[in-house]
Amino acid sequence: MSQASTEIIRISGHAGSVPGAGLNREFQVCKLVDTTTCIGCKACEVACLEWNGYTFSETTFDNTYQTMPETAWNYWNLIKFNEHERADGSMMLLMRKDQCMHCEDPGCLAACPADGAIVQYANGIVDFQEQHCIGCGYCITGCPFNIPKFSPEARKVFKCTLCNDRVSVGLEPACIKACPTGCLHFGTKPEMKELAETRAEQLRNVSGFADAGVYDPPGVSGTHVIYVLHDAKNPELYGGLPKDPHIPYSVRLWKGPLKWLGNFAMIGGLVGLAWHYMRYGPKNEEPIPPDDRRRV
Amino acid sequence: MSTKAISRSTAAGRDEELIPRYSLGERANHWLGSLAYIYLLMTGLAFWSPYLYWMAAVVGGAPTARFWHPWLGLIFTVSLFWMLKQWHGDMRIDDNDRAWAKAMPDYIQNRDDELPPTGRFNFGQKLFFWGMLLSVILLLLSGVVLWYTETLPWSLRYVRYAAILIHASVALVTIGLFLVHVYMSTILEKGSFSAMVHGYVTRAWAWTFHRTWYYEVTSGSRPRPRQ
Repeated sequence: MSQASTEIIRISGHAGSVPGAGLNREFQVCKLVDTTTCIGCKACEVACLEWNGYTFSETTFDNTYQTMPETAWNYWNLIKFNEHERADGSMMLLMRKDQCMHCEDPGCLAACPADGAIVQYANGIVDFQEQHCIGCGYCITGCPFNIPKFSPEARKVFKCTLCNDRVSVGLEPACIKACPTGCLHFGTKPEMKELAETRAEQLRNVSGFADAGVYDPPGVSGTHVIYVLHDAKNPELYGGLPKDPHIPYSVRLWKGPLKWLGNFAMIGGLVGLAWHYMRYGPKNEEPIPPDDRRRV
Repeated sequence: MSTKAISRSTAAGRDEELIPRYSLGERANHWLGSLAYIYLLMTGLAFWSPYLYWMAAVVGGAPTARFWHPWLGLIFTVSLFWMLKQWHGDMRIDDNDRAWAKAMPDYIQNRDDELPPTGRFNFGQKLFFWGMLLSVILLLLSGVVLWYTETLPWSLRYVRYAAILIHASVALVTIGLFLVHVYMSTILEKGSFSAMVHGYVTRAWAWTFHRTWYYEVTSGSRPRPRQ
């Protein structure tokens, strides 16, 4: 696992080959967040700040327990709270740890024009390399989870690294270490998927949550952060977790057909103009005929 | 206003006599817009394709390009609106242009004698001008969204999705217009480039390519551009 995080399989805005392309590593890492056992203590928020060297930000009170409305460039891990009234009138306080999902098919990377600013490692971690970031913010447009955040001072974009620096030396992410209830787990994707499914089954069969399930959205080919939800049919209840996240169609269109059409048109235009010159040649001024009636 | 005739050479005939075509202000604005557009084109293409990313390095690196691209976009917009102020009268599309448009294949195939005589600008130039003006409005609107993309709230993300497509598509249209414009005014139509640099054209050039304008300007029925 420690080796795998240096095996790059995708690079943003990159023209050449990729060192780790086609690698088939045995271990893809995964973080499992069991929202059903989260108590909203925010220890993970603090651990994230401490490990990544950020000071605590000013909080924004909006009548919930939430620290701020959404993650920030220097606040990558945020518990989202939602007081939800169920159909039978009972209340539920839903809490979800929001952070980068580390998509298997990352929209940020697809949209990024800067060579090497976003990389995807063979172990599944999608990491921003700020020294290559140009601050265009296209990743913000590409992300279906509202995760990349722009720092106006640095003019660069930041997000959760899944503690790539820790994982690469065989440690768990900082948030995992801090969780007191054990609702956060870290391991290989198959292990975490199995654990999540087991927990979801328990919720369905024992705890009476008929719609409990695992959130590992296929629209982005799965994620390397997965959730267990009491109500997997309504992920939006959990602080706006999208139901069917995918790379925006406009980004797909822009980076796909439009790019080919545009390149074809630009090259075709140049060839066409060269052809025109060879076929018809220059337009030269002609002498004014001596009998030009309006000659002045 | 300068009305003195300047000759290329004393030995040259009357056809070679120079008449003013573009004022100093028109030329200055044209080259301001041109330089801004070339910068926008290079940096924009760098952001368009990894294979053209080196273009940003040529003008100071990609983060620098990201910083200046919007500002140069503003300069380009100002230049085009200044052009609108300078040329809106000459760029008006009239019945003569509609006749010219029908005969455009003759123009493309260099059968210029078949074309109706044109005023200061022909229909192709007018299309280029209005096309660029419309494009720059769309590029400005979508560009502002991309400039401050991080300030848009998540609920307005569809504005970002639209802006990114509009900006790229319209930029491609302007590249098409730009290529044709540069080709025609540098290597295709001899005399056009120096007209935009020095401000003068020969009588023969004016008679050949903008006959109505030639008659107007030589008969004194319209003022000559200030040099």
